[in-house]
Amino acid sequence: MMMEFLLATVLKIALVMGLVLLAVAYLTWLERKVIGDMQVRFGPSRVGPFGLLQPIADAIKLMFKEDIIPAHADRVIFLLAPALTLVPALIIFAVIPFGPSFVITDVNIGLLYVFAVASLGVYGIVLAGWASNSKYALLGGLRSSAQMVSYELSLALSVIGVVMWTGSLSLVEIVEGQAGSWYGIVPRWNIFPQFFGFLIFLVSSNAELNRAPFDLAEAETELVAGYHTEYSSMKFALFFMAEYANMIAAGALAATLFLGGWQGPFLPPVIWFLLKVFAFIFLFVWLRATLPRFRYDQLMRFGWKVLLPAALANVMVTAALLA
Amino acid sequence: MEWIFFLAFGLVAAVAAVAMVLQRSPIYSALYLILALFAQAGLYILLGAELIAAVHIIVYAGAIMVLFLFVIMLLDLGRTDRSPARVKPVGVIVGTVLAGLLLAELAVGVGPQIVLGPRGAYDPEVLRTVGNTRAVGRILFREYLIPFELTSLILLTAMVGAMVLAKRKVE
Repeated sequence: MMMEFLLATVLKIALVMGLVLLAVAYLTWLERKVIGDMQVRFGPSRVGPFGLLQPIADAIKLMFKEDIIPAHADRVIFLLAPALTLVPALIIFAVIPFGPSFVITDVNIGLLYVFAVASLGVYGIVLAGWASNSKYALLGGLRSSAQMVSYELSLALSVIGVVMWTGSLSLVEIVEGQAGSWYGIVPRWNIFPQFFGFLIFLVSSNAELNRAPFDLAEAETELVAGYHTEYSSMKFALFFMAEYANMIAAGALAATLFLGGWQGPFLPPVIWFLLKVFAFIFLFVWLRATLPRFRYDQLMRFGWKVLLPAALANVMVTAALLA
Repeated sequence: MEWIFFLAFGLVAAVAAVAMVLQRSPIYSALYLILALFAQAGLYILLGAELIAAVHIIVYAGAIMVLFLFVIMLLDLGRTDRSPARVKPVGVIVGTVLAGLLLAELAVGVGPQIVLGPRGAYDPEVLRTVGNTRAVGRILFREYLIPFELTSLILLTAMVGAMVLAKRKVE
């Protein structure tokens, strides 16, 4: 019994992690292709058909690059920071339900677990910036940690409405609560009763991801590359992987909380779930290709004076409706 | 099974707490404190209090310690030398005596309860049926409603006070 449980869990973890890491590799390809298309370029096209082998070529290149640690860097923290960034991004998937019975573990405080883990991603960035012993890296690290702390609040508040609607913090139960439909045609997804919550979630998760238009942390025109300026080879790649893994996690969370997770007619549940996640990922890429970067004071003002009050109002209105 | 986890978490918490005090670099102290907080959250989970564990991580590791690191970095306190602290023998003696006294007081005052503790109404078996969040919510909003609201009022006052104190006068 014990052995079977262990074996099944390990297999599930291996499957999910393999899937996520593969998706991370091919997201780099997707992003370059999509942005290329939107800017009337080809994007990667030389390595393999449609440039499909590009991520593998990139990985090999990154592994064989010289690994440089700056002279006055704090070696221990410098080495620790990339891992501290990637690990939280990956362990979020432990509670995400991929299908009716396909979830690594159904914790009854699943959503809180996600926020607890997601709030740790800041450490990798801020420590990377500090340990590099470089002005640009430190500024980038401080900027992005301030940004992430600010937007975390509205991110967490935006899903309180969903929790109140469902009456549960378990992601499995939240998905199950979205089964069925209204009047036979409109699916009972949380996006309809919680549309404002959904918008706030989308904007603040984009900001949490440090992606354009919120990519102040690595504003290349002013900060070289932000917190990972001094990183090279595979350690740099870990930051990159963390960004994409976080993007998938944000998409998966949005699909689970607002779009009914794996619920959907005709197609198998896992396919539905992956389609929804893909839609969100495409949206994030699209946003990056479309919008110019915020100015720093605009970003802070928007987070604290617009998003946070809006999220609070959403909680109040939801409570009034449910009471 | 539970024993192994308890020993592991307890050991990590204790070692990290001691390492935190012994470090000279504030950054490393902060990192050890975070490690200790994590081990403590593990202990909460073993006790069946997942909600407390998650809130513990979100509030302390996710918010307060980030601010600590932020301040340490902004003031650039991190770059002191990392050799272990030099301790004077007098300090060691006084410290040991004080710690021993404290331990003796605890042992006399609390007795064997310090290991076992009294069993409350919400042991792991009950929690499994009611659900963690629900149990905490019920107790907070039924039995302890007034203290709870008073606490939030105090917190609000403190927040407004902090803002007033921190705000510089703009001419």
